[in-house]
Amino acid sequence: MTDTDVKVVYQRPIGLTDVTTHYCPGCTHGVAHRLIAEVLEEMGELRNTIGVAPVGCAVFAYNYFDFDFVEAAHGRAPAMATGIKRTLPDRLVFTYQGDGDLASMGMGETVAAAARGEQITIFFINNTNYGMTGGQMAPTTLPGQKTSSSPLGRDVETQGYPIRTAEMLATLDGASYVVRRSLHDARSIRNAKRAIRTAFEIQKAGLGFSMVEFLSICPTNWGLNAPKSREWLKDHMLPYYPVGDFKVSEEAERVMKEVR
Amino acid sequence: MPPKGWVEINDLYCKACETCIADCPQKVLALDMSRLSIKGYHPAYMAHPEKCIACGICATVCPDAAITVYRGTPPGFEEKGTE
Ligand SMILES: Cc1ncc(C[n+]2csc(CCOP(=O)(O)OP(=O)(O)O)c2C)c(N)n1
Ligand code: SF4
Ligand code: SF4
Ligand code: SF4
Repeated sequence: MTDTDVKVVYQRPIGLTDVTTHYCPGCTHGVAHRLIAEVLEEMGELRNTIGVAPVGCAVFAYNYFDFDFVEAAHGRAPAMATGIKRTLPDRLVFTYQGDGDLASMGMGETVAAAARGEQITIFFINNTNYGMTGGQMAPTTLPGQKTSSSPLGRDVETQGYPIRTAEMLATLDGASYVVRRSLHDARSIRNAKRAIRTAFEIQKAGLGFSMVEFLSICPTNWGLNAPKSREWLKDHMLPYYPVGDFKVSEEAERVMKEVR
Repeated sequence: MPPKGWVEINDLYCKACETCIADCPQKVLALDMSRLSIKGYHPAYMAHPEKCIACGICATVCPDAAITVYRGTPPGFEEKGTE
């Protein structure tokens, strides 16, 4: 055997900076970051992309991606992305938001951007709580789920029901591609990567608003280690938040078929 | 038979979350309890390098992009005469 027989099957994508993140061990924010960096590298779009970071655990995302990034006020990332995309229409523009940022503080901006059919992509991390501030109840917290602000479990009588964001945005005519994926195992992660690619290709083709929701783990606030958190996701989140394609416009479908 | 490949785990990024260890189909990986990384973790390492099939699953699930996967004969692996 010679060295030429050695092939690199996987290496850290160049779209990530050479620094260690502040995310807790096992947190799938890291997986989502990695996949976005991999896709942009494969598309050759690293130098043509602008990300918008949220408030939440991903507030420092701009330190971890090695391309242009801005930071939005809490929940306002879709509004900021709208302005950037409208002034720089040739760039790929995406927001990266948690469920507190997107579905609580920023639900108005999110729905409005989708309804207007803005040519932006939203990556939405659903981990059923406010991770950064200590695991409080979020709009995505499951019925009966214990969080630091629902210590007896979410009581839907007084605290309402969780919001299925992807299904809801899918009802809007302005939305072109709205899907949900999960990050709990290798197969799901590969499918999630294809969805990221599809969303960016749809934006590149000018086909309208796209959003990918990711079921994600928060080991620290769930009080479970990473492998057990992934089991919890599978057992509790997947039944309530099924993985699927909730809106794929006709033109988007054509793009989707080209991404394998 | 030499193994089909090998992985390198970067101590700078590894947070010992055990995700790769749980998912490796060949049970190659473990935490290295004899070492502490600069961040204070016992990083993942190849406890059973002879079993690696270079499938890349560990790298696919690693949240910290700490793993490089190679296909081929690992460096320093002396192929013993088999016949
Ligand atoms: C206007 C405003 N309100 C509230 C906060 C406090 N705050 C910071 S992050 C956060 C929620 C973050 O949760 P999420 O978006 O789910 O992201 P995660 O940390 O789980 O990734 C809140 C409420 C703030 N910083 N600014
Ligand atoms: S608090 Fe939760 S979401 Fe935030 S980095 Fe830690 S595990 Fe991830
Ligand atoms: S998945 Fe990555 S960070 Fe976690 S133990 Fe394995 S190499 Fe370390
Ligand atoms: S490449 Fe596959 S077999 Fe080798 S350590 Fe990683 S998961 Fe295990």
